Amino acid sequence: MPKDSSIKKVLVIGSGPIVIGQAAEFDYSGTQACQSLKEEGVEVVLVNSNPATIMTDIGMAHYTYIEPLTVDFLEKVIAKEHPDSIIAGMGGQTGLNLSCELYDKGILDKYNVNVIGTSIASIKEGEDRDSFKRLMERTNQPIVDSDIVTDVESALSFAESIGYPVIVRPAYTLGGTGGGIAKNEAELREICTQGLHLSRVGQVLIEKSIAGWKEIEFEVMRDGAGNCITVCSMENVDPVGVHTGDSIVVAPAQTLSDYEYQMLRKAAIDIIDSIEIKGGCNVQFALDPNSFKYAVIEINPRVSRSSALASKATGYPIAKVAAKIALGYNLDEIKNAVTGKTFACFEPTIDYVVLKFPRWPFDKFFGAKRTLGTKMMATGEIMSIGKSFEAALLKGIRSLEIGQYGLDRKSSAMRSIEELKKRVQVPDDERLFDLAEMLRRNYRVEKVCDITGMDPFFINKINNLVKLEEELKSMKLEDFNEENLRYFKEKGFSDKAISRFVGCTPPDIYKLRQKYDIMPVYKMVDTCAGEFEAVTPYYYSSYDMEDESVISDRKKVMVIGSGPIRIGQGIEFDYCSVHSIMALKKAGMQTIIVNNNPETVSTDFDTADKLYFEPLTEEDVLNVVEKERPDGVILQFGGQTAIKLANFFDEMNIPIYGTKPEQIDAAEDREKFDEILEKLNIKRPKGEGVWSIDEGISVAERLGFPVLVRPSYVLGGQGMEITYNKDELVKYLAEAFEKDSKNPVLIDRYLSGREIEVDAICDGTDVYIPGIMEHLERAGIHSGDSISIYPPQHISDEIKAQIMDETKKISVELKVIGMINIQFIDYNGELNIIEVNPRSSRTVPYITKVTGVPVIDIATRVMLGEKLKDMGYGTGICDIPNVVAVKVPVFSTEKLPQVEVSLGPEMRSTGEVLGVGYNLHNALYKGFLAAGMTIPQKGSTIVATVRGKDHEEFVELAKRLDKLGCRFIATSGTAKAIANAGIDVKTVKKISEGVPNIIDTIRSGVVDLIVDIPKKANNKTSDGFKIRRTAVESSVSLITSMDTFTAMVEVMEKHIDRDKLDIFDINRDMRK
Amino acid sequence: MEKTIKAELILENGMKFKGSAFGYIKETVGEVVFTTGMTGYQETLTDPSFAGQIVTMTYPLIGNYGINLDDMESRKPFLKALIVREKCDMPNNWRCEMVLDGFLKQNKIMGLEGIDTRALTRTIREKGCMKGIITTRVDDLTPSQIKQKFDTYTNVYAVKEVTIDKPYTVNGIGTHLAVLDCGIKQGILRDLSKRGCKLSVFPAFTSAEEILDVNPDALFLGNGPGDPKDIPEVIETVKALIDSGKPVLGICLGHQLISLALGCNTTKLKFGHHGGNHPVKDLQTGRVYITSQNHNYVVCDLSDEVEPTFINVNDGSIEGIRHKTKPIYSVQFHPEASPGPLDTQMLFDRFLKIIEEVKTNA
Repeated sequence: MPKDSSIKKVLVIGSGPIVIGQAAEFDYSGTQACQSLKEEGVEVVLVNSNPATIMTDIGMAHYTYIEPLTVDFLEKVIAKEHPDSIIAGMGGQTGLNLSCELYDKGILDKYNVNVIGTSIASIKEGEDRDSFKRLMERTNQPIVDSDIVTDVESALSFAESIGYPVIVRPAYTLGGTGGGIAKNEAELREICTQGLHLSRVGQVLIEKSIAGWKEIEFEVMRDGAGNCITVCSMENVDPVGVHTGDSIVVAPAQTLSDYEYQMLRKAAIDIIDSIEIKGGCNVQFALDPNSFKYAVIEINPRVSRSSALASKATGYPIAKVAAKIALGYNLDEIKNAVTGKTFACFEPTIDYVVLKFPRWPFDKFFGAKRTLGTKMMATGEIMSIGKSFEAALLKGIRSLEIGQYGLDRKSSAMRSIEELKKRVQVPDDERLFDLAEMLRRNYRVEKVCDITGMDPFFINKINNLVKLEEELKSMKLEDFNEENLRYFKEKGFSDKAISRFVGCTPPDIYKLRQKYDIMPVYKMVDTCAGEFEAVTPYYYSSYDMEDESVISDRKKVMVIGSGPIRIGQGIEFDYCSVHSIMALKKAGMQTIIVNNNPETVSTDFDTADKLYFEPLTEEDVLNVVEKERPDGVILQFGGQTAIKLANFFDEMNIPIYGTKPEQIDAAEDREKFDEILEKLNIKRPKGEGVWSIDEGISVAERLGFPVLVRPSYVLGGQGMEITYNKDELVKYLAEAFEKDSKNPVLIDRYLSGREIEVDAICDGTDVYIPGIMEHLERAGIHSGDSISIYPPQHISDEIKAQIMDETKKISVELKVIGMINIQFIDYNGELNIIEVNPRSSRTVPYITKVTGVPVIDIATRVMLGEKLKDMGYGTGICDIPNVVAVKVPVFSTEKLPQVEVSLGPEMRSTGEVLGVGYNLHNALYKGFLAAGMTIPQKGSTIVATVRGKDHEEFVELAKRLDKLGCRFIATSGTAKAIANAGIDVKTVKKISEGVPNIIDTIRSGVVDLIVDIPKKANNKTSDGFKIRRTAVESSVSLITSMDTFTAMVEVMEKHIDRDKLDIFDINRDMRK
Repeated sequence: MEKTIKAELILENGMKFKGSAFGYIKETVGEVVFTTGMTGYQETLTDPSFAGQIVTMTYPLIGNYGINLDDMESRKPFLKALIVREKCDMPNNWRCEMVLDGFLKQNKIMGLEGIDTRALTRTIREKGCMKGIITTRVDDLTPSQIKQKFDTYTNVYAVKEVTIDKPYTVNGIGTHLAVLDCGIKQGILRDLSKRGCKLSVFPAFTSAEEILDVNPDALFLGNGPGDPKDIPEVIETVKALIDSGKPVLGICLGHQLISLALGCNTTKLKFGHHGGNHPVKDLQTGRVYITSQNHNYVVCDLSDEVEPTFINVNDGSIEGIRHKTKPIYSVQFHPEASPGPLDTQMLFDRFLKIIEEVKTNA
């Protein structure tokens, strides 16, 4: 059928803030969907609370609302914009759930909004556990023995009947939140209670464990005429039991015979045909490794993390095609944009191996329980492409940026064989390295397969690599000849890995490769294994005969991406990379992107003129540079991943656009930077780098406690802490030096003032500041975790002028060409600089949207040589908009067991939302709401545990809350302080005082907000830690900073009427 | 690093691809084709349609799940050689009974691994199918030796090579089909048998009289290797059977033979359709199905008597025909799959329905 011409205006709902289980993949698919709809002349109305996305960019949709993703606000948008249609499956589980709610509440009917694409009825068949079960029965598809329960007792009796272990899966949660495997009654009781609480509909599924079966996924598409195709099959290297988001995944499936493959493919198609999917759907299977028995695990009738991976793995743009199907097109009417010749109605076939590796946040949250299970914990992922499993595996490992270049891992090597054996039976982030170490010690392959449940095919491949590593260890540099070096390169070994095993340097190997002319060639990802000519240049490296990348003689610029999403380096950097590419394209350049993150817009096949899907290591990037010979490389937008290549590029004489490496170094090297500040007469908190514990103590005593301590090269405040006394300092230093004795620890005086942040663009002479942002919380909380306010509300004109002046001085002195991010502290009217990053920062997308200043576009043009004065942006500070916009951080700590949740100098948030209003409190109200926080009302119950020194401040706020009609529950200390002020308070027991105690109170579900101001973070045995964990795990809103709490109280006192709040189209309503 | 026997592929256009020999080491000449299926190498290896050809797998890892005795498509492999990027020596699957290398050795089939299979595929795509020599005499063959080898290569006797010696019967209680075995895959026979058909299977060069002697309900022609025009005697047999008024049904080579018998033409595609991802459109319903395909020749220039039933969505080529008045129906693709998608299994039911209708009307 051709396009349905009655569709003129479509509502697209985004997935909201980045959280574990819902990351950049929905920006990628949402952006693709918006573009696909626009191509067809349809107007797009977009709602997404996440300002860091590309999809919420000015001009990406016709009407863009960065508003809370709640039914109320969506109704406001619908009422204002009158879309005739809504597409449900583009915003992940969030978008899907909201679409269902809008439908259930009759809002879609009320405003005559049609659901296009997969219908709500179809969605519910796949999503609701009970109807899913009926669907499977109807389509004769086997499922695992299971039952839906709504209370714990039924769960226990069902488990008894099918036998333990059982898996618990809550209905309607993302990333399997709240699920788990229970081996006995006690465990089931615990997991089930939590699961019931987290499920939107209070349902959980209890199912028989089929641990050890293969986990296979299919991405399937179906159009309105019933034409079905499968885009890609994927096989989890980890068997059933580990969440697919936490598994190493290989595409296509490797260990299935055609019979097994077609059996599952047919099942997938029968299912989606039966529920009449119109668009994309993901179907997950478990397959018995010893028979043809299989079971359908679940289906996801929407775009997903897997669909993003399948799109990148094959080149088939699932979201784009799904959007076209929603408009009425059939698959055979949609062109395959990659070949330009074939149609979307075919099945991609690939001629390489794709691997996906999860990127876990355990390097940041080193105290976390690292066991992998049915709850996803990875924040991001990388994808690698190789001609063999081995090559893809090694590329994948080095793409992760975890300091690994092979399977040989120090921590694994230090473990005894008994310990390794014990460890590999419980999946965690190090399992791959642990099992490789077992193989290295000649532990039997068969037995490794047996105890890990992993297919011998994979274990044998890993064993191949281990053997080659051992062979390399026995070799010397002079043992290499053209043939054997080529062999190791074909197998995927990097120069760095080879040199480490052999005991030489990477340049030694590089020189040998030059001598023998062993250079990679680039192969195309073309959806069709070379059968048809492709027009979209999307490449990966391989040591092979033929190179397919045609080098043009146009002027070209290479942009280095930011790799996997991790805490501190999120989607914002992809936003910047993509915008830089857009600006370069506009400037007439040929653009080349190098990146390895399959979830992103930057790795979409038509973002840059050329895409190289490669690890972001020195060697891999150099290879692309040598192939392409770009006129320049841009590093400023790829976060620390790109910046850390600067010195290497400089050594290799590769031209870098923008700020030069020695200047980057000057900003990052403390001593050099101190000299500059001294010279410019700019203040910074006094501090020094120290190399020993004793030196640290004397420095700290000289500066005066509290002091801020951190390792010298950091990202996202990694390892940063405020220590209040000598004991805490000594403990910190001892741990820091044990981890890394080669670099100093930095000790700064801690100033408790107002934190201010600026993003600025400098052309070497002039400086332009798009915006000054003020942090709500006092200094000491990582900027990424603070609520950020624009325009600033409490900064005097003098300070602003001083900020402008100092920003200019520093930028010019550092010879910044492009972006610079500076953080200041206003300490009792005295401006101090605390940090300078000579690169794009995480606030750039936010400030771009709020001010309307195309920050990256300007910065990119500056880097190409244009002057600010000539661009019409003037120099100075951008005009103030007519709204206030606050950025509120969002955390995923509930998904990471035993991770500290209080705010501190170390960044912990995974995402952010924006609140926009005509005044600060309206904006904050929306920001809190969008971040999922409960704003207490009259009659709400607040639990408080506040450290002694904050009692006074807290009691003042408690009085105000008392007036608002809130009730208090507190443990003895805080309760006493509250009672002394004449406020009613219920005292509960501390954990040590027996049961029922504060933990039980929180779990009972009667609490609306918890205020816990900790003395000290990261102490797992403390009551505070447990209270905070219980709060997030029970989904109760938690505030850990007095400043956030104050803001919350102020917002409550405004008695904001949600119905009367305005909504803002960022394309039109933000500026006068 | 393991030790390997070096070998090379020499193409008619002079291009050489150097890799390692495996399987049964011998010098071999054949027509080089590629197939894009990511699974199903065993079915491909044992598909008689590949007789005389050197088959290149575009998917790089081949042999991962080994070889089993259940998924054979014929009594032995008939292809000339197999080219893979990387063979798997440590396969795993619960049904795995042999390793790829051993299977090829056992069946005296040459293998070549470690070459840039994508470059080879792209060459064939650009230049069309070519003959190729695989030899372990690397850089050692003289131009005249190479020429002589190419000149003596012929595939016109492929059907003779793959067909059976004498007829046999597969019992069934349903429709009685006379099957002409020009290299038919077991998959087709399985699918017919599964539907209760009684099958009288004849060697390719059996006369029409002999076939009609068993009084079948219909004639069925399956797949097979080579150019349909190389076996005019079979086309004559088909004509005679058509004249008998019995329904005639066909798949792949069978479809081409039926079309030729009905006055249509066939032509050689540049590099054929080989793989499990080809979309075909049912012209009657507009539905598109993903099909398994394996053919170098294609039906064209339809005569007035016939009309197309399916076309290929990618290149518009004819994928199925039927006679406008007689019960004659055939398709170019493989509804039996093996290997490939099962989306067009219903065609077997469609075949049988045509026969039923003739029987009812008679």
